[in-house]
Amino acid sequence: MLEAFQNVPYTSVLIGGALIGISSVLLFLFNGRIAGICGMAFSLMATSLDKNIWRIVFLIGLVGGSLLYHFLTGVEYPPAPNTSLPLLILAGLLVGYGTSLGNGCTSGHGISGLARLSPRSLVATLTFMGSAIMTLYIAKHLLGAAI
Amino acid sequence: MIKLFIALLSGLLFGAGLAASDMNNPERVQGFLDLFGNWDPALMFVMGGALAIAVPCFQIILSKRHTPLLAKRFYLPLNKAIDKDLILGAILFGMGWAIVGYCPGPALAAIGYGYTDVFIFVAAMLIGAKAHQLQNK
Repeated sequence: MLEAFQNVPYTSVLIGGALIGISSVLLFLFNGRIAGICGMAFSLMATSLDKNIWRIVFLIGLVGGSLLYHFLTGVEYPPAPNTSLPLLILAGLLVGYGTSLGNGCTSGHGISGLARLSPRSLVATLTFMGSAIMTLYIAKHLLGAAI
Repeated sequence: MIKLFIALLSGLLFGAGLAASDMNNPERVQGFLDLFGNWDPALMFVMGGALAIAVPCFQIILSKRHTPLLAKRFYLPLNKAIDKDLILGAILFGMGWAIVGYCPGPALAAIGYGYTDVFIFVAAMLIGAKAHQLQNK
């Protein structure tokens, strides 16, 4: 267990985490908005365009920010997911349906929600973490699935 | 206009943060979720780093200010109920998250890498969300 901690690239993960924290604080302090990424993406499909310009701009920034990081640092792109097509589609459907039903994902509940000390977000975060850890255990270690 | 600049800046920082912390890497995320296998605690420190900044800043903002700097009000979720939808939604999301290693943020950020698998995952994700929106109408 302790060896696992020795392999963590602390500088990059803490800086990366801090950037995510600063991003959430900026959006809230200036615009009064929660940086919940699934909520932004899904409201594009539910409400009119003129209310969503800022969300589109944020999402363009999100893609651009990742690309810019690789461009500026020379760090290679991470690999694509290593999942079979049926499981890839199933997982996408589950993530989309689940985050819409539960009103949030890792960013909205896990960062901004916890930062507001929202009990609802704490319950959601513990639940999706627990569900994900159990799912991975069952799929990988009990069923031997290649995921 | 300034609000749009803030949205862009915030998006850029979020995207750079995901890339810097390697959270756009599904293997890294699945490594964190593999608590009973070859566990990789990195994601814990990403969240820790984000919360170390976000928790005190949000608390200060919420206690000192009634409005944001550029908008009329804070747009906070009105729903405070810890109910079946919240729990079931979180369980289903967790299952999908574990199978591929993408949550919505990294999946969308990874669009820029140009992988076909990412487009398929994001399309499925949007269809899943749309299904819930239609059902909810």
